[in-house]
Amino acid sequence: MSGRRIVITSGKGGVGKTTTTANLGAALAKRGARVILVDADIGLRNLDLVLGLEKRIVFDVVEVAEGRCQLRQALIKDKRFESLSILPAAQTRDKDAITEQQFAAIVEQAAEQADYVLIDCPAGIEAGFRNAIAGASEAIVVTTPEVSAIRDADRVVGKLNDKKIPIRLIVNRLRPAMVKSGDMLSVDDVCEILSVELLGIVPDDEEIIDTTNRGEPIVLDESAKLRTIYEKIARRMEGEVVPFTNFDSQGLFGRLFGALKAG
Amino acid sequence: MIEWLKRMLGPQTSSSTAKERLRLVLMTDHLALAPEIIENMKRDLVDVISRYVEVDREKVEIDFEREDRALAMMASIPIIAVNRPTGGGGSHDEKPAKPEAAPPAASATPSTASPSVNAATEPPKRRRRKKQPSSKPATAH
Ligand SMILES: Nc1ncnc2c1ncn2[C@@H]1O[C@H](COP(=O)(O)OP(=O)(O)O)[C@@H](O)[C@H]1O
Ligand SMILES: [Mg+2]
Repeated sequence: MSGRRIVITSGKGGVGKTTTTANLGAALAKRGARVILVDADIGLRNLDLVLGLEKRIVFDVVEVAEGRCQLRQALIKDKRFESLSILPAAQTRDKDAITEQQFAAIVEQAAEQADYVLIDCPAGIEAGFRNAIAGASEAIVVTTPEVSAIRDADRVVGKLNDKKIPIRLIVNRLRPAMVKSGDMLSVDDVCEILSVELLGIVPDDEEIIDTTNRGEPIVLDESAKLRTIYEKIARRMEGEVVPFTNFDSQGLFGRLFGALKAG
Repeated sequence: MIEWLKRMLGPQTSSSTAKERLRLVLMTDHLALAPEIIENMKRDLVDVISRYVEVDREKVEIDFEREDRALAMMASIPIIAVNRPTGGGGSHDEKPAKPEAAPPAASATPSTASPSVNAATEPPKRRRRKKQPSSKPATAH
């Protein structure tokens, strides 16, 4: 049976797509799933760097598309896991160096040998976006609780709806204290505005910067607070019902009793 | 205690302002992205109003304006002719209100009589882009 093909997208840049792809991929692989991460950000290769695999790249996705190498030759195995590999983006090519059909075919081929293919989408809603969603059967939309990120996410949600691709939402960089004081949109607000089902909430935390600096997935850092956050999201992706702890407070009641939650 | 009382009663928090602004801008975005919705709405609107008065279909205009806390729809629907009220009993007349003849020269100022329908939209609860059937030509039947 062929694996799930999930695009991780946002519209706006810098909201955490690559961070999410890397850490969710690692979390799923740690649970024993076979995972292939595809960097669709042609020209702005990053996923390899976030995972600390940048020195091992030989081929890239465009070379696979052009038939200059086999998919398996281009896949870089992350030796810290049983079965996690990445297919790097081309760094020195244009976004139009690859077509939607080529991209979809590669994703499909990857899905034949994996339980999950996670596609790290570039920012925007142009060609790069269309390539990244071409082979996807599900989507995770990442947004931060800010007006511009949410507006862009809404555009992407519309485009995915048009393609009938089911969507779940990750709210990234949440700052519970700011939500509590009424200075940041709550997760409930964001879900209501976008009318999308919630998959996960990731707080804004320096741990991300620290682990990214070192090229280390959070789930391998036993002391990291965010480790359980990504593990919970991975479990939800696998179909488990994992309750959201009371994180963001909402409305009058929430503001009065302001319970803190994470998940 | 005082702090949150102030917050409850005091001015809007920036997050509620953000929510309000987003709600409006997304409604505007969605309308701009779905011209067929506006066309269909225009047609249906004119169909309903034509049951009572004769309107100039060609000159119907629909606009959306952002007001303080809502999106308002402004429809300008020029009326060409109004039927003479029949009978004083106030009984509802069922027959289609198509005027028997073209309006006499006396009522030759159609487009100046443009009452505006001003409908503030309610925040949609679970709206989503349920694909509208592709817009049909705006013909009256
Ligand atoms: N939850 C978080 N807390 C703190 N920093 C984060 C978080 N998520 C992402 N970042 C930081 O935000 C920046 C952009 O993230 P990235 O994943 O590259 O975004 P994108 O791929 O959407 O452009 C990076 O510097 C990353 O370390
Ligand atoms: Mg990125």
